[in-house]
Amino acid sequence: MANVLTAAPHSEEDVLIEQMGYDDHFHEHHDGDKFQSSFITTYIFSQDHKMIAKQFLITGMFWGVIGGLMSLVFRLQLGFPEESLSWLKPVLGKWIEINAETGMGALSPDFYYALVTMHGTILVFFVLTAGLSGTFSNLLIPLQLGARDMASPLLNMMSYWFFFLAGLIMFISLFLNTGPFSGGWTAYPPLSALPQASTGSGAGMTLWLISLVFFVVSVLLGGINYITTVLNLRTKGMNMWRMPLTIWAFFVTAILGLLSFPVLASAFFLVMCDRGLGTSFFLNEIFIGGKALDHVGGSPVLYQHLFWFLGHPEVYIIILPAMGIVSEVLAVHSRKPVFGYKAMVFSILAIGFLSFIVWAHHMFMSGVNPFLANFFVVFTLIIAVPSAVKVFNWIATLFGGNIRFTAAVLFGIGFVSMFISGGLTGIFLGNSAIDIQMHDTYFVVAHFHIVMGVAAFFGMYAGVYHWFPKMYGRFMNETLGKLHFWGTIIGAYLIFWPMHYIGMAGVPRRYYRFDTFQTFSQFDDMNKFITIAAIITFGFQLIMIINFFYSIWYGKKVTDKNPWGATTLEWTTEVDPGHGNWAGKLPVVHRWAYDYGKDGVEFIPQTTPVKEGEKMEH
Amino acid sequence: MTIFLVIISIVLIAVIVVQIGKVTELAAKIRGEEEMQYEVNRSQGGYMIIFLVVFLVGCVASAIYLKNYMLGYGPHTPASEHGSILDKMFNVTLFFTGIVFVITHILLFYFGWKYSAKKGRKALFIPHDNKLEIIWTAIPAVVMTFLVVGGLDAWNEVMADVTEGDDYMEIEATGFQFGWNLRYPGSDGLIGEKNYKLITSENPLGQNWKDLKNHDDFLATELVLPVGQKIRVRITAQDVLHNFYLPHFRVKMDAVPGMPTYFVFTPTKTTEEYRAELKKFPEYNVPDPADPAKMLWETFDYELACSELCGRGHYSMKRPVKIVSQEEYDIWFATQSSYYFSNIRFKESDPWTDRLFDAELTKKKELLSAALGAESAGKDLPLEVIAFNDAKGYTLLGASKAELNILAGLLKAKPSAKVKLSVTTGEDNIAQIGDIDARTKAIADILYENGVSPSQLVLVPTTMATEDNATTKWVFTLLGAGLLL
Repeated sequence: MANVLTAAPHSEEDVLIEQMGYDDHFHEHHDGDKFQSSFITTYIFSQDHKMIAKQFLITGMFWGVIGGLMSLVFRLQLGFPEESLSWLKPVLGKWIEINAETGMGALSPDFYYALVTMHGTILVFFVLTAGLSGTFSNLLIPLQLGARDMASPLLNMMSYWFFFLAGLIMFISLFLNTGPFSGGWTAYPPLSALPQASTGSGAGMTLWLISLVFFVVSVLLGGINYITTVLNLRTKGMNMWRMPLTIWAFFVTAILGLLSFPVLASAFFLVMCDRGLGTSFFLNEIFIGGKALDHVGGSPVLYQHLFWFLGHPEVYIIILPAMGIVSEVLAVHSRKPVFGYKAMVFSILAIGFLSFIVWAHHMFMSGVNPFLANFFVVFTLIIAVPSAVKVFNWIATLFGGNIRFTAAVLFGIGFVSMFISGGLTGIFLGNSAIDIQMHDTYFVVAHFHIVMGVAAFFGMYAGVYHWFPKMYGRFMNETLGKLHFWGTIIGAYLIFWPMHYIGMAGVPRRYYRFDTFQTFSQFDDMNKFITIAAIITFGFQLIMIINFFYSIWYGKKVTDKNPWGATTLEWTTEVDPGHGNWAGKLPVVHRWAYDYGKDGVEFIPQTTPVKEGEKMEH
Repeated sequence: MTIFLVIISIVLIAVIVVQIGKVTELAAKIRGEEEMQYEVNRSQGGYMIIFLVVFLVGCVASAIYLKNYMLGYGPHTPASEHGSILDKMFNVTLFFTGIVFVITHILLFYFGWKYSAKKGRKALFIPHDNKLEIIWTAIPAVVMTFLVVGGLDAWNEVMADVTEGDDYMEIEATGFQFGWNLRYPGSDGLIGEKNYKLITSENPLGQNWKDLKNHDDFLATELVLPVGQKIRVRITAQDVLHNFYLPHFRVKMDAVPGMPTYFVFTPTKTTEEYRAELKKFPEYNVPDPADPAKMLWETFDYELACSELCGRGHYSMKRPVKIVSQEEYDIWFATQSSYYFSNIRFKESDPWTDRLFDAELTKKKELLSAALGAESAGKDLPLEVIAFNDAKGYTLLGASKAELNILAGLLKAKPSAKVKLSVTTGEDNIAQIGDIDARTKAIADILYENGVSPSQLVLVPTTMATEDNATTKWVFTLLGAGLLL
């Protein structure tokens, strides 16, 4: 890289700060800790970013279990349509329809679609957006930048509670008599706009919309805070080029969220108007339920444009934090600087930028002018370039390393594998010509589950195993972590790999049964196989959850401030940092975050001053 | 009891999981953590290699074992002209991505094994290498350029609409919850106008009957198409989004309410030809579960499906598709009857009751003259409709007048023929008996005006029908020569 620096001569002030730390007079501002004075302000309405991070994580885990169980129920229906599901009747009640003649219980198609919809909504928004970005942006942005807290702890707290409220409303919608919303997580109108089109489009959709509007508020409050904090609260010496890649990823993620989520909210408001106020933004010439509606002049395709203008950046909102976490984890545990730091940053920026001009690749078959595809194919496939650069850099980071195999690094490596497998199938789907056949088949299901579902989960797991000691002052059990990893990577491939073949054979997604069509009904064995693999893989996630909660109270205690031997600032705090993070003065940063193995030293923390004549990266 | 058992087993599993975890922690304590970590590194590195080998072998083996599932292979060959273009693009992409997939996975897991931490070894310090970055930016960029050019070339070729002078046939598919309405243009080759506000149970598409193009359109329950003919499908939706999906033809396009979309394709294999191809594959040489007497390949049909979520019946929107030779198609086409003439003509919603169409006039003339020529006494004449413009008026509908005119012409030309005009009505119409008589007179007047001699027409007083609520109905009956009432 061009700017290999030699140590700059120190000014008097610098020398002082080096010796004394950077004093922000933190403890002079208040006596005692007004933020953590009672149980409620410590654990519930906490304004401490570390507690908020834990709240996001545990709420995310709760939703992860719910969303995962939902997928198991509909997978049972898909894999074993001939087996009775009446044993689920105590839980699902009327949604299990018992055939009066045979006594066979089957999932009602309405509820099947409701489960599919809820699974998507919950996993995409509540688990992989809030649970991933919410958790780690909150935990790491102040800690890795050397800040006492977020720029606005109050907004930060509100961000969590809006998320909680969104979740609560969604949870309530599960118990509606007419069932939760069942028109797919993308909620395309007219299906979502007309209660007469589907039972779930009545009260279920109303609650879905309200819930997600609150969710958007949560993301925006969080995002504006992350951006402000990154721009303004970096400690002395922490210039942008010295930030760990995690922070770059969270920063760009927050910008993407801030620019795209309002568009989603606007789409939702317009749907609400169409539903309640008789407008026709997305409705045109509809005859339904024996009646011709008065709505004319709207366009359902307009909704799709608005939705995917969020929807595509959204997949990067999910995957970028995972990328950042993995970059960090791979570097720390292979004891090597992340390869091509600047290339990594530029590729995050490039991905972030490009993610805004590719949305219509979800809409090649939506009836938009085919000419439009020419632009979107080009930009979509261009994204493959920065993505490939990142993959090569991760692999190069491992090269020549001294990899300490922890559960975190295993998930990091697993992430790279998943990202490759799922990313490459994106090259098929992004090419509009191939998408004609592949669109809305199981090939798409396989693609996005691997690349943004499993891969993002792997990033999240890597982060949880790696930063658990920082969050709870204890380690998670490594053996169980490794068992969890191998079970999950093998299981996830066994679930999603066969879906590529089913998709290539043309089987459409979102089918409740396949036996109506001869063409689609020949994959019973494979569907059974996928269902069994899904159940087992879910079981492995329970190991992680047991491990997590057990370790909070009984895990091996962390004795060393810096148990992984990492360079970043979060490991310069006490083992269990209180509010304000650093007991005394703020640390001062002298170097980039990846001085591992430099000059024969295993790692040099960012706070270590530059030696005379030392060659510097940044 | 079951709940109790479930709770117990969950607790047991949790305990087991925790114990597994504890064991290694204890072992680490005994043997020293650092020592233990090196051992873990060794074993995990080993697992990396095992996983790599099993994974890659599994990928290749699955591709070989499941080659008959793959797009363009085995029973999944395309049945349309453009299909092979897509399949080729798919295979080209598969080739490049396959290479990348294998190489990156080998490096990833091999490095995981090779560089697992060992005692006394140190990691290299290689923060970056601009030359490498440029190389691995350029290579994907070049490959992507290649794929983009190939892909867009294919896309624009496939999605090209018909141009003037093209020999094509247009049909229309309308998705609704939950099925497809298939409309053929009839012999004029033109699909008539429709309006969603006109939809009723007897007019499922909302065809505007004022548009003459609608009159020969017919609806079909199967999509029958001639092989080798360029087809332009006009795709519309009635209620929510649907997607017109013909997997074997590589055709897929959303159906959007209020906005027609189009897909142009040419089927290249008849159903019979495709069945013959399927016969070669063992998975099609099993009895069809729906019809165990036959093999799967024998009962195979192309299928039309929906691939855009449209509600609870989304999975069931099937229509069979039959590709036949042009000759077979012509035969089938000839047997189809116009929806308008078989379901709408002379019904309330028919806007054309003031006239008979030329074809109807000719046909009517033939029918009536045949009936009169036969001179079989007591036979009712085949008059389609005798109706009046409004409930009280005495003005006959244009179409009735036209019919009566034909009858009058024929009677005039054949003075020996004699007909009886009788009218029946229900008991509840008794109050309007005067009106009915006046109307009967109006009918007779038309015949007289057209030169029918009063002696040729016998008027019978109104009689009451036996069944309740009978509508008023006029009937001409042929009286044989010399047979007098």
